[in-house]
Amino acid sequence: MKNQLSPDSWQYRSLNAITPGLNYFSDALIDLVEKGYPIIAGSGDLQFSNGLNRFASRYPNRYIQFGISEQNMVSVAAGIATTGQMPFVATFASFLGLLCCEQIRMDVAYCQQPVRLIGHHTGISLGFYGTSHHATEDISTMRAIAGLTVISPADGPSFAAAIRASVEWQEPIYFRIGRGREPDVYDKNMTFEIGKAIEHSQGEDLTIIACGMPVKSALDAADALRNDGISVGVIDMATIKPLDRQAILAAAKRSRLLITVEEHNIIGGLGAAVAEVLADEGCGIKLFRHGIRDEYSLIAPPNHLYAHYKLDAAGVEAVARGAMAKAGNASINAV
Amino acid sequence: MNNESQIVMASNSRSPLTAEQTAFLKDRAQFVRLETVRLIEIAKVGHYTSVFSCAEILAALFYDVMSLRRGEPRWPDRDRFLLGKGHAAVGLYPILADHGFIPKETLENYTRLGNPLGDHPDMTKVPGIDFSSGSIGHALSNGAGMAIGGRKLNKDFTVFTLLGDGEMQEGQVWEAALFAAHHRLGRLIAIVDRNGYQLDGKVDDVIGIESLADKWRSFNWIVHEVDGHNVAELTLLLRTLKADMARKQPVCVIAKTVKGKGVSHMETEPGWHLGYLAPVDAQAAIEEIMRTER
Repeated sequence: MKNQLSPDSWQYRSLNAITPGLNYFSDALIDLVEKGYPIIAGSGDLQFSNGLNRFASRYPNRYIQFGISEQNMVSVAAGIATTGQMPFVATFASFLGLLCCEQIRMDVAYCQQPVRLIGHHTGISLGFYGTSHHATEDISTMRAIAGLTVISPADGPSFAAAIRASVEWQEPIYFRIGRGREPDVYDKNMTFEIGKAIEHSQGEDLTIIACGMPVKSALDAADALRNDGISVGVIDMATIKPLDRQAILAAAKRSRLLITVEEHNIIGGLGAAVAEVLADEGCGIKLFRHGIRDEYSLIAPPNHLYAHYKLDAAGVEAVARGAMAKAGNASINAV
Repeated sequence: MNNESQIVMASNSRSPLTAEQTAFLKDRAQFVRLETVRLIEIAKVGHYTSVFSCAEILAALFYDVMSLRRGEPRWPDRDRFLLGKGHAAVGLYPILADHGFIPKETLENYTRLGNPLGDHPDMTKVPGIDFSSGSIGHALSNGAGMAIGGRKLNKDFTVFTLLGDGEMQEGQVWEAALFAAHHRLGRLIAIVDRNGYQLDGKVDDVIGIESLADKWRSFNWIVHEVDGHNVAELTLLLRTLKADMARKQPVCVIAKTVKGKGVSHMETEPGWHLGYLAPVDAQAAIEEIMRTER
């Protein structure tokens, strides 16, 4: 007799059903295949984690199982790309952005092969799975690789839109995405322009520049701050490389304070990229870089971690108020 | 012009080589060694012995076995070649020039500022290089990707990947070996230049790799062992492997070679993995190579 399980029970192969956000990836690729693009997708024993099982069952001949061999996966993808196919390969960001860093540099970027690399469950979104599964360095490693585009979408719709945009993009791309449970920020028909910041609002008191999951937190925090009469702007810096320098300079001109928010070490990530632009241009504006402060994250359920590290809406709001209070008389990053 | 007439060499024959074919390939292997000595004189440092051990392998592939078109390095149906032991590129560049993939004059400024030819090959700068290398251990994966791409395109080109025996110490080689066998990449052929030495000494003293043939067999590859300097035997084997279109397993050819083959003092001194021959010694090496039976 078949066991009758509670509807609250779940197992790995039913992740798509309980995590509809996982479908954006496969659906975007299925759409491209239907439009005639020579898509090849692959993953290393994680097809249910990244939702590519949906693509694999639709186009089994276009899906490649790599097993637990991520470095081989990246190098094979580069070889596939030489034949004119368009490979999208995915694994946890902690493996892709760190373990495979050299294969990405050598076989993908240096060789100018238009591979699309998808590092999912980035940042601290794997919660209590532990530091081995956290990726708080992948923006830093990937943006230091010449000839590699780095995109950190805020949600599923913008990830799907970025995939659609990527077919016209010559460079290889590292996508840094979450775990498929990020709340939607954008409409699913949005258009993504690679290299262009998405400016949600403008503010004179401060501008929050965010990427990835914390974009939603920044938008909600800005709403709360506005209720107190604070003039706050929000920019989704979804493309980290090439960086939209003009958007940063315009915000620096308009606002008295900039805050960057990222699910990443504050060293080498979005905040560092923004700081480089401000320093290059001699802007002299105060910048507060908010993120993981050069430490290995605690372990806990993801939402508990986001609260702890002030990456949820309340946390970003508190960080913004603190930074504003100290901005007048303290050095940069004194909060 | 008839396309066939442009083909440099596309031997789908399984026939033994004629005496003339064997003599021609010996001449081409000698050409590779002589050009290597000449080019390293320009750079003032280079990997002589790494080329000398695989000179017959390069000659067999580029002058007999592989389907290539003169002057068309990007011909989509060409057989692919990847040099896992990228430090032997100095022996490959003269062949590319000979096939009209790069101008012969490019060789004259080997490694000099602005020249595309470096110690390791760069596909973005050098037509005829099918994939860049330099980081040991990637090439078999890259080649497996090309074999998959070829299958998707319904093309039957063969992917030849020349690996060093020291390269067997890289973990990624075995990831690729598992992968290629699992995905039944019959068009993928790995050739291991089993010259027995790496930078720090004998491969089997550094980190031993035997029993190498058993390792590849246990990874579900077909394995052949061959004298890598017997160009007739080696070429016939590669012709036969290429002609077998029904094969569903990848093939590993372990080519038993001598590091520094052709220059006697290099054959007995592992330090010549990397070095420089002053002009007087280069001349002596050239004379010894020229004296070798062709």
